Amino acid sequence: MSYIIDRRLNSKNKSTVNRQRFLKRYRKHIQKAVSDAVGQRSITDIDKGEQISIPGKDITEPIFHHGQGGKNTNVLPGNKDFIAGDKIPRPPGGEGGGGSGSGASDQGEGIDEFVFQITQEEFLDFMFEDLELPNLIKRQLAGSEEFKMRRAGIANEGNPGRINIVRSLRSANARRIALTSGKRKKLRQLEEELKHEEGLDAALRNQLRIDALEAEIEALRHRINRVPWLDDFDLKYNLHVKDPVPRSKAVMFCLMDVSGSMNQATKDIAKRFFILLYLFLQRNYEHTEVVFIRHHTSAKEVDEQEFFYSRETGGTIVSSALKLMKEILDKRYPISEWNIYGAQASDGDNWNDDSSTCSQLLMKDLLPKLQYYSYIEITPRDHQALWREYQEVQANFGDVFAMQQIIDVRDIYPVFRELFQKRAAQVSG
Amino acid sequence: MSEQENGSNDSLDQNPENHLRRNPISETSEWSFDLIEEYDRAIAGIAAEYKLDTYPNQIEVISSEQMMDAYASVGMPLGYHHWSYGKQFLNIEHSYNRGQMGLAYEIVINSNPCIAYLMEENTMTMQALVIAHACYGHNSFFKGNYLFRTWTDADSIIDYLVFAKNYIAKCESRHGIEEVEALLDSCHALMNYGVDRYKRPYPISAEEERLRQEEREQHLQRQVNDLWRTIPGQQGSTKLKENLRFPEEPQENLLYFIEKNAPLLEPWQREIVRIVRKIAQYFYPQRQTQVMNEGWATFWHYTLLNTMYDRGFVTEGFIFEFLQSHTSVVYQPPFDSPYFSGINPYALGFSMMTDIRRICEHPTEEDRHWFPDIAGSDWLETLHFAMRNFKDESFILQYLSPKVMRDLKLFCIVDDDRQREINVEAIHDESGYQRVRESLAGQYNLGNREPNIQVYKVDIRGDRSLTLQHIQHNRKPLGKSTEEVLKHVHRLWGFDVHLQSLQNDEITATFHCPPKPESNMDDLEMSLPVIN
Repeated sequence: MSYIIDRRLNSKNKSTVNRQRFLKRYRKHIQKAVSDAVGQRSITDIDKGEQISIPGKDITEPIFHHGQGGKNTNVLPGNKDFIAGDKIPRPPGGEGGGGSGSGASDQGEGIDEFVFQITQEEFLDFMFEDLELPNLIKRQLAGSEEFKMRRAGIANEGNPGRINIVRSLRSANARRIALTSGKRKKLRQLEEELKHEEGLDAALRNQLRIDALEAEIEALRHRINRVPWLDDFDLKYNLHVKDPVPRSKAVMFCLMDVSGSMNQATKDIAKRFFILLYLFLQRNYEHTEVVFIRHHTSAKEVDEQEFFYSRETGGTIVSSALKLMKEILDKRYPISEWNIYGAQASDGDNWNDDSSTCSQLLMKDLLPKLQYYSYIEITPRDHQALWREYQEVQANFGDVFAMQQIIDVRDIYPVFRELFQKRAAQVSG
Repeated sequence: MSEQENGSNDSLDQNPENHLRRNPISETSEWSFDLIEEYDRAIAGIAAEYKLDTYPNQIEVISSEQMMDAYASVGMPLGYHHWSYGKQFLNIEHSYNRGQMGLAYEIVINSNPCIAYLMEENTMTMQALVIAHACYGHNSFFKGNYLFRTWTDADSIIDYLVFAKNYIAKCESRHGIEEVEALLDSCHALMNYGVDRYKRPYPISAEEERLRQEEREQHLQRQVNDLWRTIPGQQGSTKLKENLRFPEEPQENLLYFIEKNAPLLEPWQREIVRIVRKIAQYFYPQRQTQVMNEGWATFWHYTLLNTMYDRGFVTEGFIFEFLQSHTSVVYQPPFDSPYFSGINPYALGFSMMTDIRRICEHPTEEDRHWFPDIAGSDWLETLHFAMRNFKDESFILQYLSPKVMRDLKLFCIVDDDRQREINVEAIHDESGYQRVRESLAGQYNLGNREPNIQVYKVDIRGDRSLTLQHIQHNRKPLGKSTEEVLKHVHRLWGFDVHLQSLQNDEITATFHCPPKPESNMDDLEMSLPVIN
């Protein structure tokens, strides 16, 4: 009468498609929520999932329903002291108030926010959607690292896992036909003769002839049967060949100013910017190397840990970082193989005459080798010499150099998006 | 199971001897498949004694994630893809993860076999409760109630859903997801108006759908083409036709009208309109029998499990856990409580069902006066009769007793926007019972709950515009989303759409899509009668 079925092992993501469609439909809302969230997060939990809320009225599905007004009769439970004929003042605001009771659920316009959760994965997807490293063009056959298997027809040798059954049986069949067709023809002939012979009147029948025929038929049958059904050389194998995959090698130089003029808030903003950049690279570009350089009066290449957490500080000579970058570049990253990127964050404070050195270094030595270089200045104050020098750089190298100013935490994500926005024109060019 | 035979219907009358022979099926709260089977067998035995006639049960054990999936698709075991189900799912997931809502223990839909879900996290007691509630309560209601019997076909619904899902997936790959989604949006907006309220529908059958679908496509298109033929016929005949309004009678089923007559829809679009309409029709009885259905199922899980206790099949711990859950299900917060959100159909239905039994078994003077026909009759027969032949509205009108009104302290208020204050019209007293009962029944009349909107006229010879009419009920105006819905009607119809809101045959408001320029408003006001 009852069937009991364990369905727990069935897929539990029946709603995935519908969920995706919902996210797609409201991507604008979600994107806005994500970008708001990025601004509010602390450095450590920037890549967690997020609670998204969308104004309820934007996503209601409209239906015909009654509006406010007219004559509404309602039956409600839990009467305490009303008697027939009592007058109750209408609650202000009407809808949802005690009086309008159950009617409210029909009439509610769903003003509440629609709140839901997206996963970390989805959060990052939305965060880095439509972003890319610009000018990623140098592609290199990097040799032994990455291959793609490709089908390359049929071979006579291979391992048993790759046997192509249809082809093998087809060739076995062809071989059997080729080896037996003559004999089968003969067999048919003999059989007919035998039949003819046996059909004759008993007086005319030649028993010797019949015996001879039968013996011959038997022999033929035996020879046909000896042809093997499947032979070694019938076996055909699917052939796969390895193709090396060309891929882009890219390196990102992260240059951060940690001088004394950078106060805690500015450093925090710089770090957030680089964390965003680092996450973006890690997530979207598997084979990207990142070089961390921090500098005050002198520059130093550090690892990720030190870059984000060390507290060392001092005066400011920006060019030291650029010089170090150039050195590392020359030593480790030949420009013929690497797509090279730079991102620099500073508060714009620099040693007096160092700024022009910086711009010279950039224009002469670095920018010709780089795919893209971005500079962000974190300061609420007026710009100083460095910014003005860089403006000149931008005038000369507009397509590979970009600069932006960040005033407070809320600017980080928009600026980041702007710097790495997908550029349709450049991609096709 | 041998002892069940000697227990009769009055086994509920506590027989102290039974307590001595307690021999429970299980002692702990752990469940296993064997135990579920054993409980199911025990419950089925008792249910048969109470003459519960059911479809075969298909009990599926699922995880809470799967339960959320099931929820998001209103319990349909499979449905076509649409973003609104995704929205539903996110909503459920969110409130579940935050602990704002426990997942209900059960979802059943009217199919044959009747599919019910058990959640793996639940205790044995809860599983037994769900089996009693869903597999024997709801299931017998689906099989017995006249609305389900006439309006839905339990044998073919699953096949039809498969057909619908495949068809819509095919359309998506052929015409693009976005286009199909937009069409579904429009159909969903009119889903409540895709129902034949009075005409008995033709039962759906997946087999037939497949066979006839292509034929229908061509045929339909031909019909539509006929209607919209622009080549003038013979002079005399056109004149005759022009005098006729089209449609001759107002049409209540908007989706049906659109499917058959919308001038611009492609055949596949008509088919999708039809699918939404068929599914709306399938759920229509559900929406009309909430109180009865839940009341019936709750009454039976209560009765069945108590009988099990009386016969010693379950432990005291079991029955306590059950009662705790049961009481919270049938709790009715008063109107001024922050938890109040309308009348709880479980509470109302359960008290009414229980009260019918009481009236039959232990009638008072009052009951004899109010219910001369059923007072003192056989309770089981009376209850079955009520289950089979009523829907919420008529069930309340027929069976809501003064005692239930007193217990729930029901009172009736009238909120008239022409009065300054809300008027308490009647309460649970001698002079008010009748009025409260009528009002409550009216509250469950879908016709009163949803605006009455019908297709009034199509301008066949002119601009092909479609005019809908809203007949106001108690002067209630249309809500704020009306314009939005009209946009959807416009998308389906393809030409101008007008909606007139009528009060006593006077047009008090009009809506247009695309919106009419201001100047036309003057014309409208001219056409309004001057005096009210």
